[in-house]
Amino acid sequence: MGGFTFCTGDMGAMMSAKGTITGAILDLIETNPKICYINADGTGKGNPLADATQKHPNRVFDVGIQEMNMVTVAAGMAKMGYMPFVQTFGPFLCVRALDQVHNDVCYNDYPVRLIGTHAGTSSGYGPTHNTIIEFAVMNALPNMTMVAPCDARQAIKLINASLTYSGPIYIRVPRGEEATVYPADFEYTYEIGKAIEIKEGKDLTIIATGVGVYPSVKAAQALELQGYDVGVIDMHTIKPIDVDAVVKAAKCGKILTVEDHNIKGGLGSIVSDTLHECGIYAQVKKIGIPDEFVEFGYPEEIYPHYGMDENGIAKTALKMLQK
Amino acid sequence: MAKILLNSTKELVEKAGKIRKDLALSARRIGNVHIGGPFSACDAAVAIYYKYLEFDPDNLQAPDRNIFILSKGHNGILLYTILCDMGLYDLDLLLNTYNTIGNHFGAHPNHKRVKGIEVSTGSLGHGLSWGVGMSHAYREQNINSRIFVMLGDGEMEEGSNWEAIVYAASKKMDNLIAVVDFNHASASFECNENIRWGEKGGPEGMANCFDAFGWNAIVIDGANMQEIDTTLANLPKVSHNGKPTAIICNTVKGQGCKFMSERPTAWHIGGFDDDKLQQAIAEIEEYTNQRLAEVE
Repeated sequence: MGGFTFCTGDMGAMMSAKGTITGAILDLIETNPKICYINADGTGKGNPLADATQKHPNRVFDVGIQEMNMVTVAAGMAKMGYMPFVQTFGPFLCVRALDQVHNDVCYNDYPVRLIGTHAGTSSGYGPTHNTIIEFAVMNALPNMTMVAPCDARQAIKLINASLTYSGPIYIRVPRGEEATVYPADFEYTYEIGKAIEIKEGKDLTIIATGVGVYPSVKAAQALELQGYDVGVIDMHTIKPIDVDAVVKAAKCGKILTVEDHNIKGGLGSIVSDTLHECGIYAQVKKIGIPDEFVEFGYPEEIYPHYGMDENGIAKTALKMLQK
Repeated sequence: MAKILLNSTKELVEKAGKIRKDLALSARRIGNVHIGGPFSACDAAVAIYYKYLEFDPDNLQAPDRNIFILSKGHNGILLYTILCDMGLYDLDLLLNTYNTIGNHFGAHPNHKRVKGIEVSTGSLGHGLSWGVGMSHAYREQNINSRIFVMLGDGEMEEGSNWEAIVYAASKKMDNLIAVVDFNHASASFECNENIRWGEKGGPEGMANCFDAFGWNAIVIDGANMQEIDTTLANLPKVSHNGKPTAIICNTVKGQGCKFMSERPTAWHIGGFDDDKLQQAIAEIEEYTNQRLAEVE
């Protein structure tokens, strides 16, 4: 895997970003009196979260099934000087409570960290429990920063980076048990808003985000074996988009975007928009959900169905490369 | 400046009369503003701001301050006239720059633009959840200050309120005070015409709803400053272990100005010409004098 300096060659270790994030925040709560953790009917009995709720009832609590209340309560705490992390199912955070996110978090502009889990189609519970619109929605919300870590370890780096970052952040994580992109022994700097160039490519660049990064790396590695030099960019921050990274990616003339999100208004749209604004031409293809409510099934079936798995990404890339 | 404090009920009635005149002037100078609601909410807002908030213009960010949230943000002009009267802004600045680009006073209040305003509101049904978050924050710090949230009866139709209401009662947030300006009219409907609060309907019906959710709810005459004053003076001591309180102020949209209160939905939003301003001022004076006579 000559061109890939640090990405895992074989199947990466599986880790849950969702669970890892919760653990990291609970650790922070013990050392930082301003950190809070709020969720909505997600406090299982007998787990560390339940213990923390007993120990810090005003900083770790469960509002019940009340996502609208939860978001504004978090804004109220942020106004009083706290930094609340709010975690629940993406659709109920981003869709149901959007009025509260829009007005109380973004317009009022307080440092609430919104963690939308079960990102994209990863829930396996169908369209009511999928969230395929966050990138579009959050990109259009003034004051918002939108991030989608690609694996559990990066999610921890993000949580730490968020502590000194101003304004609201929406953090999009999948359901859990995702492949690890960056091996445990690989040290790298994570900065919100700064894309990570996993590999530079002369023939085509894949710009991927969230769970799209791992299969993109695998696809690029497969294409390398066929003699193609394909780059991969981990675009973990959707807003503000890393314009320099997009411009650099366009130098090879061909960009393929990969996201577990509607291709309307998502990463692909934002990349295209960025290129247009910069007056740069590149061929852009978008892999994602083709503007439909997603089929029934778990990600193992859903991703191949929409060409978002390693093979599907390699196939689309190959078509672009052979043109 | 020090903390603002009007001790006597008489002074509060006089102040409410003054604020109503400023509101009338705004309806003349600005043109169309939300006007019926500010008139009905005026008495309770004046009592809270000038007496029970212990509002200190010199120390707006005091970490243990009492907090007022105008959940019915469309009545922002009421907050603005009060803050001007308290000396934070010049009334002419408000009247000359209301809702214009780059200035302080939007059609709905913005905490970044106007000092003395705690949160930016406008979308209905958010204030109680703001209050719940602040109540958690105060409890964490063992601060016994109160959070007053002013809402409208129309606004209470929003479901998000009831999430906050059941949560606040569950967590025994007795420093959270909901003040509902029950003025019997939204933009389109009069009370019980469309939505009805429980079997009784009206303010009592709404109080029953609060009670059922675990609050201590009381209905008072929202035009009677003595009753408002007494109610606020007798709020339960904050222990962080009791029921939150809902004060349902029975009011009339346009309260204090006869021609408005006779056509409540018509004066949800409105502006005055010179004649209407003169009429409004005369009616406000007459109303205020009647009210003064009652408390003297």
